[in-house]
Amino acid sequence: MNVIESLISMDAKSLNVKNNVKTKLPVFEIRNFKLWYNTFQALNDVSIDISANLVTAIIGPSGCGKSSFIRSLNRMHEVNPGTRMDGSIKLFGEDIFSNKIEAAYIRRRVGMVFQKSNPFPTMSIAENVLVGLRLNGITKKAILKQRLEESLRLAALWDEVKDFLDRPGVSLSGGQQQRLCIARALAVQPEVLLMDEPCSSLDPIATMKIEELIQTLRDKISIVIVTHNMQQAARCSDRTAFFYMGRLIEYSDTRTIFTHPLNPQTEQYVSGRFG
Amino acid sequence: MQNINLIVSRYRPTNQFQILRRYKSSFISTLLGLATLIVVTPLFLVLFFLIKEGASSLNLDFFTHVPKPTGELGGGMANAILGSITLMGIACILGVPVGVLGGVYLSEYGNTKVNYWIRFFADILNGVPSIVWGMVVYSILVVPFKTFSAYAGGIALGLIMIPLIIRNTEEVLVLVPQSFREAGLALGIPRWRIVFSIILKTATKGIVTGILVAIARISGETAPLLFTAFGNSFWNHNLAQPIAALPLQIYAYAISPYEDLHHQAWAGALVLMLLILTLNIIVRFLSRDVARNSSYERN
Repeated sequence: MNVIESLISMDAKSLNVKNNVKTKLPVFEIRNFKLWYNTFQALNDVSIDISANLVTAIIGPSGCGKSSFIRSLNRMHEVNPGTRMDGSIKLFGEDIFSNKIEAAYIRRRVGMVFQKSNPFPTMSIAENVLVGLRLNGITKKAILKQRLEESLRLAALWDEVKDFLDRPGVSLSGGQQQRLCIARALAVQPEVLLMDEPCSSLDPIATMKIEELIQTLRDKISIVIVTHNMQQAARCSDRTAFFYMGRLIEYSDTRTIFTHPLNPQTEQYVSGRFG
Repeated sequence: MQNINLIVSRYRPTNQFQILRRYKSSFISTLLGLATLIVVTPLFLVLFFLIKEGASSLNLDFFTHVPKPTGELGGGMANAILGSITLMGIACILGVPVGVLGGVYLSEYGNTKVNYWIRFFADILNGVPSIVWGMVVYSILVVPFKTFSAYAGGIALGLIMIPLIIRNTEEVLVLVPQSFREAGLALGIPRWRIVFSIILKTATKGIVTGILVAIARISGETAPLLFTAFGNSFWNHNLAQPIAALPLQIYAYAISPYEDLHHQAWAGALVLMLLILTLNIIVRFLSRDVARNSSYERN
């Protein structure tokens, strides 16, 4: 397991980073982060530390900047034309916007699962899981095979699909497709997993499975989850950040946010009086 | 509930009104039906005439022999059929890679301003009369090398294909949902690998369809070949020499004074027509699958 891990590690740096996890350095240190889409300011002066090996939930009403925020964490906001940013985000102490660092390198370390499951339609279940490894240049059969099972097991999908790994990824049900996408993200062994409303298009049972999955993953990986479902945030996160109008309003333990919020806006939101 | 019923009954149209409406409706459907008939009739007329005039001259000789010397009966168009295939091959070698890569550039790279102009030029090129392409290639390839050639003919056809394939490829690639690109990027896969291993693969059928449409379009072109490939009554295996092509042969035979050659021209036209028809049927078959797949985003 460890040998394989070091084989796959893209460079020595990420090995150091794995040690950092044990010393509980924050995963992300975000300072005075601002984000604009052309002239619209989506994020305003966000400063927050995200802790390692915890589940951090981002809540807030639609359009409050929570998706913009989570996409900034692996530089996915750069995909949209016309974005401009200010401030800094550090991943284990390393500035992710440094000129020396490629976006692809950050994204290998910070995986992402999207609102809508998006398995590649031309690929089988197995190919979907392994695509990140294959297209990043890993071709050793033994590694791929092991990683395939490992990732599918982590995503709690192995038992359901192990007998037909060659079927198209899109032949699975909605919830299974989303777990397939989680397996795909986990296959490249990221240090952080970002989930952008992963359950919003799923039925309650599929949602429950994803939430259980988050609980089993929390020991192995840091998770940031955006959700507009407050019960979900309350059920499966350790810490919760409340965003409103592009600002971070409150950030503390999930229990505190939902029982004794300090900010009146937070209280109004979590008690369902607006949003 | 009662209220709703009341509203509906109040607006129920009178009998007179309904009859008028029925007349209007049937008038419009008749009009549309007529228009459709006018569109479809020429296709059947063409097929009918080609079969009536050409089928009698279609025999094994037609596909296996080169033309007989003028005045002798018999002979075939084997060299023209092979010539046409050769020309299309050369055209594809030029047109497919340039067209597909150009389409990839438009869809995946480039910026709005540059793309606007590229699209604009591609659309103008699409409208350039095919004889102009022949003249251009004549002046840059035939004149300097002092010989008509298969290369010149193929390149002229290839140039016609490029704007067609660029535009089609772009349209098909734009249909691939953005979420697939994002999924790839989020895995830390380099951009070019996402484009070539994921996006192009997803759109393969649409791209192939576009290429076949372009081939069908050029396979009947005569004008650009007149002073590039020129035509040839004999077998030619040297691509630097003039080569026969079906449309050219049909043209030459049709303007000749001999009855026998006229029949051969009909037969040639029939073969060409069947070739294009086959390509179109394949396209239909493939594009049906594309339509089905473009519900890429299930759920």
